[in-house]
Amino acid sequence: MSEHLAVLPVLLPLLAAPICFLLRNRIAAMGTAIAVCWVTFVAGVVLLRTVVTTGAPAIYELGGWSADVGIVYHVDTLAAFVVVLVSSLGAVVLTFAPQSIAKEIPKEKHHFFAALYLLSMAGLLGIAVTGDLFNVFVFLEISSLSTYALISLGQDRRALTATFRYLILGTVGATFILIGTGLMYQMTGTLNMAEMAAHIRETEGVRTVLVAIAFLTAGIGLKMALFPLHAWLPNAYCYAPSSVTAFVAATSTKVSVYVLIRWIYTIFGTQGPGSMSGVVVDLVLPAMAISGMFIASTVAIFQTNVKRLLAFSSVAQIGYMALGVSLVSESGLTAGIAHLFNHALTKGGLFLAMGCIAYRIGSVQLADMRGLGRRMPVTMFLWVLGGLGLIGVPCTAGFVSKWYLVRAALEQDALYLAVIILLSSLLAVIYVWRVIETAYFQEPPEGKDEVTEAPLSLLIPTAVLIGASIYFGLFTEWSADVAGLAARELLGVVR
Amino acid sequence: MTSEMAMILALVLPLVAAGLSFVIRSAPNVRDACSLAVGVALLGVVISLVPTVMDGGRPEIVLFEIFEGLPIAFRLEPLGMLFLLVVATLWVITTCYAIGYMRGHHEVNQSRFFGCFGLAIFASAGAALAGNMLTLFFFYELLTLSTYPLVTHHQNEKAKRGGRIYLGILISTSIAMLLLAVIWTYVIAGTLDFREGGILAGKAEGPMVIVLLALYAFGTGKAALMPFHRWLPAAMVAPTPVSALLHAVAVVKVGVFTVLKVVIYIFGIGFLTDTKASVWLMWAAATTILLGSLVAMTKDNLKERLAYSTVSQLGYIVLGAALASQWGIIGSGMHIAMHAVGKITLFFAAGAIYVAAHKTQVSQLRGIGRSMPFTMTAYSLGAISVIGLPPFGGAWSKWYLALGAAEAGQAILVGVLMVSSLLNIWYLMPITMNAFFVPPDEGPAYPPIKEAPLFCVVPLCLTALGSLALFFCAEPIYRLLLPLVPGAGGGG
Repeated sequence: MSEHLAVLPVLLPLLAAPICFLLRNRIAAMGTAIAVCWVTFVAGVVLLRTVVTTGAPAIYELGGWSADVGIVYHVDTLAAFVVVLVSSLGAVVLTFAPQSIAKEIPKEKHHFFAALYLLSMAGLLGIAVTGDLFNVFVFLEISSLSTYALISLGQDRRALTATFRYLILGTVGATFILIGTGLMYQMTGTLNMAEMAAHIRETEGVRTVLVAIAFLTAGIGLKMALFPLHAWLPNAYCYAPSSVTAFVAATSTKVSVYVLIRWIYTIFGTQGPGSMSGVVVDLVLPAMAISGMFIASTVAIFQTNVKRLLAFSSVAQIGYMALGVSLVSESGLTAGIAHLFNHALTKGGLFLAMGCIAYRIGSVQLADMRGLGRRMPVTMFLWVLGGLGLIGVPCTAGFVSKWYLVRAALEQDALYLAVIILLSSLLAVIYVWRVIETAYFQEPPEGKDEVTEAPLSLLIPTAVLIGASIYFGLFTEWSADVAGLAARELLGVVR
Repeated sequence: MTSEMAMILALVLPLVAAGLSFVIRSAPNVRDACSLAVGVALLGVVISLVPTVMDGGRPEIVLFEIFEGLPIAFRLEPLGMLFLLVVATLWVITTCYAIGYMRGHHEVNQSRFFGCFGLAIFASAGAALAGNMLTLFFFYELLTLSTYPLVTHHQNEKAKRGGRIYLGILISTSIAMLLLAVIWTYVIAGTLDFREGGILAGKAEGPMVIVLLALYAFGTGKAALMPFHRWLPAAMVAPTPVSALLHAVAVVKVGVFTVLKVVIYIFGIGFLTDTKASVWLMWAAATTILLGSLVAMTKDNLKERLAYSTVSQLGYIVLGAALASQWGIIGSGMHIAMHAVGKITLFFAAGAIYVAAHKTQVSQLRGIGRSMPFTMTAYSLGAISVIGLPPFGGAWSKWYLALGAAEAGQAILVGVLMVSSLLNIWYLMPITMNAFFVPPDEGPAYPPIKEAPLFCVVPLCLTALGSLALFFCAEPIYRLLLPLVPGAGGGG
């Protein structure tokens, strides 16, 4: 059993997806999917513990074929961390889903939803564990295609145009990644990332590799919605069903950031000949990250639809992760990796809270949230806690990431960068407080039925995520400390 | 009970009070009795800690690490002890007062009010006990957030506007400057512990020290150093007990307390004296002292006038910290206590006038002393203490501050202190004069006595007497604070 641990998190949802589809029964399909998600989560936690305690990556050769001919799964600390991230968020959000989609998706499509959700999750988990660059592309397509379908399930007809836009841009991104992968294969003769890294020294300055860098970075940037490649994201998040938004927002872009980290640190490395230094890391990434932090946050301030507001906030937060990754230092990388998880919890919780609100008032417009603080006190309280996490107030997970990021900037004597990071986080205060003031200081709209608190089956998953975002703001052993460990591994610092 | 146990209790008890207030919604009498009982218990616990600190004990608690080598930790030292004592004492009195005020005024959402109040006290206690800068920062931010619902208690347009300024200034200064300073300190010094003699000596030098000190001084928005003082008058939209305890005592004092802690334990007094990095801060503080007083003179709204008076008085404490000398530090520490007792009396009086007579403007107070003799007498006593005249507590702290300024050879600063005291008289005493010696605008010249409820009047008389008592009992405070300035003799 334990030797198959590395493949289990991918295999479980991948196999369960067709079963859910064939079950056709709404309750049976959703029940199976939820159970599988939680088992996957447990497997992921065991995997992470194993990797961290043994101090060595778990390696699994699919079908017994070795790396030169077959696909090898290579699970180091970072990969296991991302597996836990995706599976935990996936499990909690899917537990939220049955009640939520009952109002948003026609009943005859629920088994379809369950199957797509599992497929999407399997794809994301596959990206995390695989050690093969082409395999990354395959899993990326599995997760993307199922995500397109999931988003198109939204009840608003604009969900279809949003999906179409995502489909086009997502496919462009995937194609770029494929082209980049092909060029890398051409130059190094392998698709295995570890072997690619071993051969990369010989390719310094080769133009084909430079072109591959350009294609892959742009492709990954599109997938992770790095500003200004984020055009698909706001509408996709906005019009998707609540639980889909929560799942996609919490996991999908994060996994793309993970691919970026792999691309920069595992394949190219950051030192010596052939390393990924220079333009991409020193200029392109930070420039995109910083402009995203400011522009996307500013745009978020002016949104009237709260899901869109949170979507733009996500674009800004992706900027923090990219900035951390681009700093090429232990604290910077720790910040980037820790923020993957911390932001997933916070934003996942916030979108679930929006799901609770949509469930009760059938709208996510700011104007319809007037006076909601009195009518849905628990939901709004959770929303406020999540919002504080976005700002990065102490005691929230967001603070931990911000701490590492500012520390990384100051360690490189980049005082201006530290100031930029902190100033941009102040923009979050404005958009979070707009919602808080609307919910607590304005009278509820007239002529609407009395709104009551969301049902417990929705509140509990929301509270779990928001509670976790507070917990990991205080106890960082399994979040930031593991992220630090992963960062040291990637930088080649001996533990 | 060990000192560590007592420290934990001092943190837990306000939380208990907050929790009880949130839970017991339907029985206000039980709820308020609980608050009061917990407050008295807290005071007992805090008093039990005093002998330990007097004997040089520095009990420590380390909870858990958030970042590597950076735990949430608590360490009791003289300044924190004094601050904790002030907060605990005044909390009990304010709770009595708040019960009278909130009921006399038929306020809604009283459970939320008392709950958030408890949280704010918890945050203040945590800040007082903090053993490193990270812990202090955590409680500093918690205090901002827990007082926001109190400031915006009335949930109307005016409260929203006030809340915006309040939160906007406090959050943005603390995130953009204070947090930057904290992380920067950590990167330079490798630690954030509060240590005698500071942690920056030998690690930082040149203009960097000045920049860092500026980030700390202005980043601590709660210290209300101009130009980051606007939140304090804005906070006056809150119910008066909040203005009294939080915006004359807990919140603002956490601000100046943070500045003092940073000066003493992060920079180190000797380090600041050697580098002269704090000279500019003296002038910034002096400017705040004078401008605060001048603006106070123009305000007709009583609470706003008191708020600007607080801005000015906080400048005294920052000035003492910036002097970085024996008398400066002792004067500052003392002024935390002396000003707290004096100013809370003034706010209590303002609230009592509002409850009994529904008057908020200074110009409406002619003759009010004739119908509210107790309130206005207490007001006058508090005012004299804030001005700094004997035989009231405020005289001592201002004396030491002036001594510190003289010792530093800053004759102009001594002048500023004196002029400011004159200004204090100018804007505080006419209220007394008009209240007693001018007949009311309408009605009979000697109207019948109509005081606020007993729950309001008794606390404000107590604090007025307290500021009198502090004049005669200043010596223990002096002895408590003396270890803060190593090398200081027993003289004075």
